[in-house]
Amino acid sequence: MMRRILSTTLGAALMAGIASAQPINVTGAGATFPYPMYSKWFDEYHKALPNIQINYQSVGSGAGIKQVTEGTVDFGASDGPMTDDQIKEFKAKRGTNILHFPTVLGAVVPIYNVPGVATDLNFTPEALAGIFLGKITKWNDPAIASANPGVKLPANDIVPVHRADGSGTTYIWTDYLSKISPEWSSKVGKNTSVKWPAGLSQPKNEGVAGQVKQTAGSIGYVELIYAVQTKMSYGKVKNKSGAFIKADLASVTAAAAGVTMPEDFRVSITDPAGANAYPIASFTWLLIPEVIKDQQKKKVIADFVKWMLGPGQKMTPALQYAPLPAAVVAKEEKALAKVH
Amino acid sequence: MASAPVAYSESPARSGTRRSGGADRLAYLIVLGAASSILLITCFLAYQLWTGSVLARHKFGWNFITTSTWDPVAEQFGALPFAFGTVATSLVALIISVPLGLGAAIFLAELAPRRLSDMLTFLIELLAAVPSVIYGLLGIFLLVPFLQNVVVPPLKQALGFLPIFSGPFYGVSIFSASIVLAIMIVPFIISVSREVLLAVPQDQREAALALGATKWESTWKVVVPHASRGIMGSVFLALARALGETMAVTMVIGNTPQIKASLLAPGYSIAAVIANEFAEATSDLYLQSLVELGLVLFAITVVINGLARLLILTTTRGAKQQS
Repeated sequence: MMRRILSTTLGAALMAGIASAQPINVTGAGATFPYPMYSKWFDEYHKALPNIQINYQSVGSGAGIKQVTEGTVDFGASDGPMTDDQIKEFKAKRGTNILHFPTVLGAVVPIYNVPGVATDLNFTPEALAGIFLGKITKWNDPAIASANPGVKLPANDIVPVHRADGSGTTYIWTDYLSKISPEWSSKVGKNTSVKWPAGLSQPKNEGVAGQVKQTAGSIGYVELIYAVQTKMSYGKVKNKSGAFIKADLASVTAAAAGVTMPEDFRVSITDPAGANAYPIASFTWLLIPEVIKDQQKKKVIADFVKWMLGPGQKMTPALQYAPLPAAVVAKEEKALAKVH
Repeated sequence: MASAPVAYSESPARSGTRRSGGADRLAYLIVLGAASSILLITCFLAYQLWTGSVLARHKFGWNFITTSTWDPVAEQFGALPFAFGTVATSLVALIISVPLGLGAAIFLAELAPRRLSDMLTFLIELLAAVPSVIYGLLGIFLLVPFLQNVVVPPLKQALGFLPIFSGPFYGVSIFSASIVLAIMIVPFIISVSREVLLAVPQDQREAALALGATKWESTWKVVVPHASRGIMGSVFLALARALGETMAVTMVIGNTPQIKASLLAPGYSIAAVIANEFAEATSDLYLQSLVELGLVLFAITVVINGLARLLILTTTRGAKQQS
């Protein structure tokens, strides 16, 4: 009798041991913009729950959307929300809806190399659109000079530098330019990759930053996190309320606060209302299918999102990402119940 | 005349032809398999490029090759600036590297003492092993500032009136990309040409010298023509690498899809645009246009290699007819 009890308990313990030690692998792919944050999160999550391994590949937003639609990964990630067509395609291919869950906030800042100028320059929306459209060609153009009284701007040519590779950063930048410039909207549009009217292209943030550093008179755009970590100087941008705002955690959070979040979380927060809002900021999203057949994976993903909305959000400022506003967190926690 | 049964392997006279025939046949089949697998892989590659670009081919037709627009938002795609950039950078790279490479090969094969030649060849072959990204980094951090500050200002002063040196220079350009490519392909030309030159029989040189030729005449008029097929082969090997080079080119070419007469203007190449835009290509048409670009590059490579073969055929046939 004792032996039977012993063997059964041993057997049960062994089974439980095997079950809990069974590593669960979940794969995701997509946006490069939040990759440093996701990398840290998945690492911390694995430390907390050693048998859960979430693998994330930063292959790009477009590739992430494609892979989650094809079903080769369990979840995707994108810096730009999926379009209606892409959502329809997902429903057709996977038979269920795709849900967006914002994770962090980031921003895109203008960096420049103007000979003789060491201070932060102010840029109006018109100036930025004009520069990247190739219409404003000299640094001492009135459009720039009027926003920077007292700064000696040289007569150098302006050389715009932009991203050669498709990128969420480009999406956010062109989304902003499309909103504040009708000419940009009709002539160029917004996408992860566009037909730039003027300037040079370099791959990746590093390429743009390197080119700007080397080329006198150049102006480019990089992610805020990148500019801060590499200690580059970047300019202020005029927001809807008329104030020149420098991008930082506070102004990026203010940008999110000024926008009503729709039910499906697909929203653009560029050029928002708000006195202290930075105009070129954006959410980045996790793309999670509504119905996940593998119950183990579903539990892992749902638990992770819950953790991300709680302890995960506390880790964001250290890496220069702004955390989600409290109202958005509450809304997401409710929406998480949809995943089943 | 042993009629006692012997082990099959111990009777060479009787089993010799049959066993070696079997082994020969097996070896033949294995090697044939290896060779045809290469052919099959190439055909499969071409087939995948063809089927993977069906949307783009149907939408644009032949206009794809003649259009210069590349607009992912409006979904208008054309291959012309990329094909131009690819061919221009490779051609200029060849113009720079062939005289350099051939000269170096002649020096190493004919003129240098053997030990110096071996050591230098070893170093040159190391150059060929350096990854392409390293060349790209060296290009953007060393070569581009060097060109901007030291080379191009006097060049523009002296030859700025020529259309190929006109316009502003921002460092990244077709010119910079061609120089980086030239540095990358020169080791191939040198090492293969040197081998081919060394393989020319010594009696050819001695015969030339005996007939009163100088050392240079013997090298240039006898040895090099004798090795010309191998040298042309090395040039086409180098050209093939230049056409497909991706990372080093994208860092220094400026990534601007445009066709300008000036070498100092930025440009774009097929390999660079595919590498840059493939991961984020959001729509099917966009993706398939990139695949069609790959098909265009494949076609360019096949055409250039075909012309090369034709060239070699006609020149060697001419040479044969002469002798």
